[in-house]
Amino acid sequence: MEALLALAIGFLVGTSVYLMLSRNVLRFIFGLVLISNAANLIIFVGGRLIVGAPPLIVEGALAPAGIVANALPQALVLTAIVIGFGLFAFALVLMFRTYSTLGTLFSDQMRVAEPRENFET
Amino acid sequence: MDQQERTEDRSALIIGILPVLMSSVLFLWFLGFVPQIAEGLVIRSEFGWVPSLGISFSFVLDGLSLTFALLISGIGSLVFLYSNTYLSRHAHFSRFVMFLFAFMLSMLGLVLADNLILLFIFWELTTITSYLLIGFGHETANGRRSALQALFVTGAGALAMLAGFILLGLTIGSFELSEILDQSDKIQSSGAYELILLLILAGTFTKSAQFPFHFWLPNAMAAPTPVSSFLHSATMVKAGVYLMARLHPGFAGTELWLWTLTIFGAVTAVLASILAIRQTDLKLALAYTTLMALGTLTLFLGQESGYAMTAFATFLIVHSLYKASLFLVVGCIDHTTGTRDADVLGGLGRYMPITTVAAALAAMSMAGFPPFLGFIGKELKYAGALGVASEPVLVAGAVLAANALMFTVAGIVAFRPFWQNRKASLPRSPREAPWQMVIGPLILAVLGTAFGLYPDVLERSLVAPTVASLLGSIEDTKKLTLWAGVNLPLILSLLTVITGLLLYWQHQFLRAQLSDILAQLPSFDRGWDHFLGALKLVAFWQTRLIQPGLLHHYLFATFATVWAGLTLAILYGGIDFRFPNMAKISLQGAAVILLVVGGAAVTTVTTSRITAMAALGVVGIGVAMIFIVFSAPDVAITQLLVETLVVVLVAVALLRLPRLDVERSRSRIYDAALAVGVGTLVSFIVLAVVSQPFDRRVTDYFETVSWPEAFGRNIVNVILVDFRALDTFGEVVVVAVAALSAYALLRVTAQSKQKR
Amino acid sequence: MNSVILKAGARYLAGLLLIFSIYMLLRGHNEPGGGFIGGLTGATGFILFAIASGTKDARLALRVEPQSIAMVGLGIALLAGLVAAIFGDDLFTGQWLFLGGNEVEKGLPISTVLVFDIGVYLVVFGSVLTLLFAMEEEI
Repeated sequence: MEALLALAIGFLVGTSVYLMLSRNVLRFIFGLVLISNAANLIIFVGGRLIVGAPPLIVEGALAPAGIVANALPQALVLTAIVIGFGLFAFALVLMFRTYSTLGTLFSDQMRVAEPRENFET
Repeated sequence: MDQQERTEDRSALIIGILPVLMSSVLFLWFLGFVPQIAEGLVIRSEFGWVPSLGISFSFVLDGLSLTFALLISGIGSLVFLYSNTYLSRHAHFSRFVMFLFAFMLSMLGLVLADNLILLFIFWELTTITSYLLIGFGHETANGRRSALQALFVTGAGALAMLAGFILLGLTIGSFELSEILDQSDKIQSSGAYELILLLILAGTFTKSAQFPFHFWLPNAMAAPTPVSSFLHSATMVKAGVYLMARLHPGFAGTELWLWTLTIFGAVTAVLASILAIRQTDLKLALAYTTLMALGTLTLFLGQESGYAMTAFATFLIVHSLYKASLFLVVGCIDHTTGTRDADVLGGLGRYMPITTVAAALAAMSMAGFPPFLGFIGKELKYAGALGVASEPVLVAGAVLAANALMFTVAGIVAFRPFWQNRKASLPRSPREAPWQMVIGPLILAVLGTAFGLYPDVLERSLVAPTVASLLGSIEDTKKLTLWAGVNLPLILSLLTVITGLLLYWQHQFLRAQLSDILAQLPSFDRGWDHFLGALKLVAFWQTRLIQPGLLHHYLFATFATVWAGLTLAILYGGIDFRFPNMAKISLQGAAVILLVVGGAAVTTVTTSRITAMAALGVVGIGVAMIFIVFSAPDVAITQLLVETLVVVLVAVALLRLPRLDVERSRSRIYDAALAVGVGTLVSFIVLAVVSQPFDRRVTDYFETVSWPEAFGRNIVNVILVDFRALDTFGEVVVVAVAALSAYALLRVTAQSKQKR
Repeated sequence: MNSVILKAGARYLAGLLLIFSIYMLLRGHNEPGGGFIGGLTGATGFILFAIASGTKDARLALRVEPQSIAMVGLGIALLAGLVAAIFGDDLFTGQWLFLGGNEVEKGLPISTVLVFDIGVYLVVFGSVLTLLFAMEEEI
């Protein structure tokens, strides 16, 4: 199962790279969302996959009975999802502001910080 | 005068008087050391600073540093007094005083420092204060250019010098000069000697404006005249000479030392004297004679004989006295008449009697007439030059030429403006300058005369101890005397006077000829502009190469680097890859994964915003389902909630944005190729990771202690809030910062828009 | 949005979601849930209310600025971590106190860990609302 997921992750990364290389910032944001998901899945799959055994301890027991899913990557991914949301929201707001100020979504035309000026001697 | 102006005047008075008092006190304090130092004592004091690196606040007072300290503090106090009148009306007078005082303290630190690193720090402080002082008139383009040029030239040299210092310190194993200089055998036999010497000379030659770095010094005359007199004649430019003298005991005696210093010193001296004749601006003419003096001093430091060292020590003092005096005289002339042009000035003797006396005394010393100290200095110079064992004729010839030309310049600067008839009318009618301005040059000029009449005093108090610092004992000091009998130096002196008189008689003609010749030759100053221009072009070109300002370029470079780096690491590092077992695939899992892949594919190809949004939602839900299937309820809940919020956010923002375009650019093929490459590589790496045996030790630990020690049965939550709580704290900080930044971005710009 | 049904329903739904979010927060240590999930759930409830009745009403109902809630949450989480220092432990080590415990039952647990999770809840809740209110109002 891990193998199939690995292939899917590769596909996700491929599509997100392609989207992030687009000159349209909106597509870049889509790529950002996809690559966040891919990164979370990589961490998750790195801890191996176990079906039907969440990392909970039954009441009265001292430790989980038998093998349960790996809790550590789950904890890491959980916070990563929330942070990824923060990043996405910030990027979206930034893009929106850029659009309302510059009137374009094409990154090649956003030249305020690095203008295409000619060198003066 | 209204109230405010009066208080400003009073504060200017205090600001002006304080440094005069402080530097006078310093001067008297140093003067108190003269008897001890004259007896051959060397005073050292040390405080630790960075002991692990061998850096300390260590200071040494011997003949050489005492001579410099007296010159710095003595001329300093006169220059401060002078500036009080010269610049008191200037809007930035207090700034000027602060810069100048900071310079004086750094310069004192430089000549007293015994630690190489400490010396370097003071050295750079003088560079910076000099930059600020040259650029004091920063309103003019010329002032800015000159300041920057001086900073670049001396700063670049200082960096080379620092490298030399560090090499030297590592070779000897100490940064203390007093320890290093005792081991001249070890220095000169080490393999790095040539490199160390050349690096340090790069610093001293740039600082003391030796050929071919001489061009910055005349430009530095953009500074106010007191600065030129103090920094660019009497003290700072002599820092390079000082360092060469300081290192003399450890470094001198090799062919490399001898010839580098002799040749560069001689070339600088002769070239500068010729260029000095050409100038009509009195200040510039003096600047070139300063170059000539620096060249002569360097030339003598190349030698090791007692005559050369005595000549060095004497000429060092002589030059500082008469040159500072003459600069201040020029400042007086400029201040009262409004011009410094030698062709315009004339007949000032009647209106400015005291200035005239000061100028005459200083100029006689400069020209080398008896009974002035300059005469003794000149005799010693000839004796020293003739003492050069290998090439006495060449060196003596260079000194003769320089001296004769200096005689001529002395006439141009200090004779013509006062005695010759005026040819043109002056911008302002001449009158005597205020006493604060006249007293400085007068004292300096009178000192030059007094020492000439009583050379024994100077010899015992300063010259002999300085020679002792250079050669190790005062035995080698030659007698300072006005009359040494008829000998070769005296004959050469007569020759100097005759040549100088001839040159002075014909100097107008010579000047015209020189201007014609020099116009044909390449100028170092213009070369500097070309150099800077080329530097800027290269910088521009490489900035544009690396930073074209296109997001696409940056991202493409980033992903390509990631791809290439990982591929290389795998190719050379090797990877343990086993082809995975595809048998254990559940239908449920495969369906969910297909959902994710499908969503990603649709997002990539669609040109509809709504479709893209929906497809992204599908990916998000699919990922959440993967978490559910593989036993991660907490993560799945979080993912679903975040997915809901993303939809809300996107719904708010997305529909106000323009439609997606259809991409038909040719370069998208390369993007697609790179995307396929990165995707394949990631798949490969994840496959390799999951085919490895798994180490559950960390997880086992969390599972066993979660309930007994942390009293929680949800292991994921226990990790978040207990075991790794500090990480979680960091993460919520990030969330809060992201939210606040987005909020600020929206609110602040919206407000500024409303205002408009 | 001008749906009467949504407006009427959202009021109760938002309240329910808020109560549910606190339930998720408190049970988090033993069952799926916790500060992150609770905070997100609570924020979702308020957003529902904001969509139905507008951000103005939502802000009024909240009474405090959402960014202040986030900052207070950060302060609470930090304090919960600093408490450990008083007892001489490393920072962010959980401190436990069991009320009314006997040999059989451990009693009611009071812990800095729960306080920390409440801080996380408040940060997530406040941050998400800060973002969304601003976007609703300015875009």
